[in-house]
Amino acid sequence: MDIDKKIVADFVNNDIKLVTTVPCKQLAGVIDEIDACKDIYHIPSNKEDEGIGICAGAFMGGKRSAIIMQNTAIGVTVNTLVTLTQFYRMPLPMLISYRGELKEPVACQVEMAVHTKALLNQLHIPTYHFHQQSDAEELDTILKYTFMCNKPVAILTDATFWGGYGDQ
Amino acid sequence: MIRSDVLKELVPVISDQFVVCNIGLPSQELHMLDDQPTNFYMLGTMGLASSIGLGVALAQEKKVISIDGDGSVLTNFGTLPTIANNVADNFILLIIDNGSYGSTGDQPTYAGKKTSLAAVAKACGCETVIECQAEDCADVMREAIAGDKMTVIVCKCESGNIKVPVITKDPVVIRDRFMTAIREANT
Repeated sequence: MDIDKKIVADFVNNDIKLVTTVPCKQLAGVIDEIDACKDIYHIPSNKEDEGIGICAGAFMGGKRSAIIMQNTAIGVTVNTLVTLTQFYRMPLPMLISYRGELKEPVACQVEMAVHTKALLNQLHIPTYHFHQQSDAEELDTILKYTFMCNKPVAILTDATFWGGYGDQ
Repeated sequence: MIRSDVLKELVPVISDQFVVCNIGLPSQELHMLDDQPTNFYMLGTMGLASSIGLGVALAQEKKVISIDGDGSVLTNFGTLPTIANNVADNFILLIIDNGSYGSTGDQPTYAGKKTSLAAVAKACGCETVIECQAEDCADVMREAIAGDKMTVIVCKCESGNIKVPVITKDPVVIRDRFMTAIREANT
């Protein structure tokens, strides 16, 4: 199965009904699939902390939610993750494009990449790193784990996982 | 009238409604005036009352009121286009606009100067935007609740604060009783 379709199928099978997204080139395919999925309400956000607020509300309203964003967003959302998602103990799967890893063509992306895992570790956010497409076989289990423990959980997906940047 | 006067007049109108209330003094005032399981108090995360309220409104059918402030909306301006483009007719955003950052010592905001939040909301695509004076806020809210249209209310009032105790309730308790009330109301 196409990786974008597999990710969205796992979301649907785990009863995720609302997904907010802030785009990244690597995530374009999965965002298109989310948008086309009739079982999921897709709500693009202007900024990732806004998106996490929407997800918190959806969860309290009775719908499982998730956010799709770039790793630069970790720098934007620290306060929201800590004082909203973690403080009120809410589940939040975060599918994150791990920019600045091997095959990255843009030097500035590396500046956040070197802090990404350290920040997630400091925030005590369980973190999984998808490097090969076969790593995504665990996505279903990771989503179940997230809703079991009521925590934000990060799934970092790097350029090798997405098949590189083509001729960029 | 200052914000706590506005809230006092609103209590009989919103007491049985689902309310997401802004961080700091607004939550503390509402908590002191009329604590209800249907109130979700933000204890942190400035700026997200409207985003959280929109999420609740999109996820279920009951009416949801977000009580926000001018300073908080200014800190999360991206929320207005998102609200405008994801119409939830069970959502009411009340911006109590006292032109100041009340919880931090009444420093002036740009909404108290040249910037009109009502005009911004309209420019963002929000279709029903009502600017009112503090004295009329309860009536405007009553009409918004009776209507079936996503509504943004900008209530202009004076800046100033009263002494209120901080909220010591555990956040998980606040969240859980809010969720339980929503679940029960929707079954």
